[in-house]
Amino acid sequence: MNRKFLSSPIILILPSILAIGFVIIIPLIFSFYTSFTSYKLTRPDSLYNFVGLRNYERLIDNVKFWKAFGRTILFLAIVLNLELLFGLGIALLINKITWGQRTLRTIMMFPMMFSPILVGFQWKYIFNDNIGLLNNFLYLFGYESAIPWLIGKKLAMGSIMAAEIWANTAIFSILLLAGLLGIPRDPIEAARVDGCNSWQVFKNITLPFLMPFIFIALTIRSLDVGRAYDIVHIMTGGGPAMRTELIWTMIARVGYKDANMGFANAMSYVSIILSIAFTYYFFTKLVAARRELGQQ
Amino acid sequence: MKQIKKIGFWFLVLFILLLVCLPGIWIFVSAFRPNPEILSKPANWIPDRWTIFEFTQMFSIKGYVSVPAFKYLMNSIIISFFSTIIAITIGMMGGYAFARFNFKGKNKIFLGLMLARAVPGISLSLPLFILFAKLGIINTSIGVIIVYVAMNVPFTIWLTDGFFRQIPKEMSEVARTDGCTRFQAFWNIELPLAGPGIGAAAIFAFLLSWNEYALASVLTRTIESKTLPIGMMDYLDEFTINWAGMCAIAVVMIVPAIIITFMVQKHLVSGLTFGGVKG
Repeated sequence: MNRKFLSSPIILILPSILAIGFVIIIPLIFSFYTSFTSYKLTRPDSLYNFVGLRNYERLIDNVKFWKAFGRTILFLAIVLNLELLFGLGIALLINKITWGQRTLRTIMMFPMMFSPILVGFQWKYIFNDNIGLLNNFLYLFGYESAIPWLIGKKLAMGSIMAAEIWANTAIFSILLLAGLLGIPRDPIEAARVDGCNSWQVFKNITLPFLMPFIFIALTIRSLDVGRAYDIVHIMTGGGPAMRTELIWTMIARVGYKDANMGFANAMSYVSIILSIAFTYYFFTKLVAARRELGQQ
Repeated sequence: MKQIKKIGFWFLVLFILLLVCLPGIWIFVSAFRPNPEILSKPANWIPDRWTIFEFTQMFSIKGYVSVPAFKYLMNSIIISFFSTIIAITIGMMGGYAFARFNFKGKNKIFLGLMLARAVPGISLSLPLFILFAKLGIINTSIGVIIVYVAMNVPFTIWLTDGFFRQIPKEMSEVARTDGCTRFQAFWNIELPLAGPGIGAAAIFAFLLSWNEYALASVLTRTIESKTLPIGMMDYLDEFTINWAGMCAIAVVMIVPAIIITFMVQKHLVSGLTFGGVKG
């Protein structure tokens, strides 16, 4: 083996950078260019039809886009907070169990293995107004009129959120449980002796210690927020009457159904900035929380 | 009072357990029921007719096959396997570099790699589709493998970096003063010690490739390269859904994922947390 090999960090990192460059950076540069053209898939020569900022101007004027954008932000805010809350609750619950803890933890990881597309289909099946598990279950208790979980104007978004939360709470509960198991016993016992109640112990000792774990979970989760597209795509396709249209489903609709690549790429850039901002925010928080914990 | 509290506690645990498991179990049961029974109203809770019709349909070698699930399964296995192997090899090299060397712009490159991973598949799919069509690798397994490698590399670097950091530097240094090359020290000492972490990273890479939809739905067009998540859509007609068939292909998709994950699940959690916390 060459002596130089493994001695130069640049050579070691180069393959990673090349792979990402080819699959992510170059396409993004290309799509950045097309977002300034009137490119339509059906008319290849329109690739050279430079229109300046017109796609972005159209974006700013487009009410549908801003509605979808606002809905996406709201969706992420609600879903991420609830996942964190439920995940924390489940972790605290399992942490109390002494018998069968490992088995429970394994079972809790179950939804992590489901493809988002499978989650979407599975919940489409459960929420189906006619044959769905949920309506059939309610039927047993006398609710004979079928509740339109996915076609009702107000219910559809909630149903999608339920699916999203089901699929992604696991990552929070598993990581927070790992954090809880790693907390040293001494400070907690000392606090108890000094007369702290359970809430005070949780707020002043457990929670600060869990912070890095919370940010790891949020960072990992923020990498994949775009995968909500799969779930929405299957469950409602953005309907009814665009009430569940998120920025990602809108990109797919404009890009592939309407073949309007330039405009879709302009939207893609907004969604990319959104995802990167989320990840960057949580990542810097993680670094800060880690540093704080190291000093203690 | 204490008794009531205890009962309430276990009731809550049971409730959560049901919530987590029931959707999956329902899919599993439905995969073995004929469609008329699934569609019956009021619901037939306890199946009285079991069938493996949908599975025989999917995997039949001769005769008419409604959905060529076997081919999709093979595509999925090939694509996931190769993209995982390549991503782990490349990512591990990167992780080793980040854990063992100090170089200019190290933190920025690390952050840049992570942010590259945050780009949503659907936003990336538009330009990739055009580029791959120009290069002639659309609708090929190779094209999909290349994409999944790049998607998996950043996360692999994050995980393996954490695991390599945990291994004391001195071990490799001692080996090298005894005459090992850096590669020999890596191969014989550091790699085996980081094994569990690399296993965890491999599972994450595998699961991402196995389950990915947004990009594959654009980059694969026919039976030659379609993976299971894309093949699943074959059961979806414009107005009707073959629920039994859908459930059956869901079972084909989820069972391998569960088996593989449970084999290494112990290391999954430590992989994520050690890699993240002990920076």
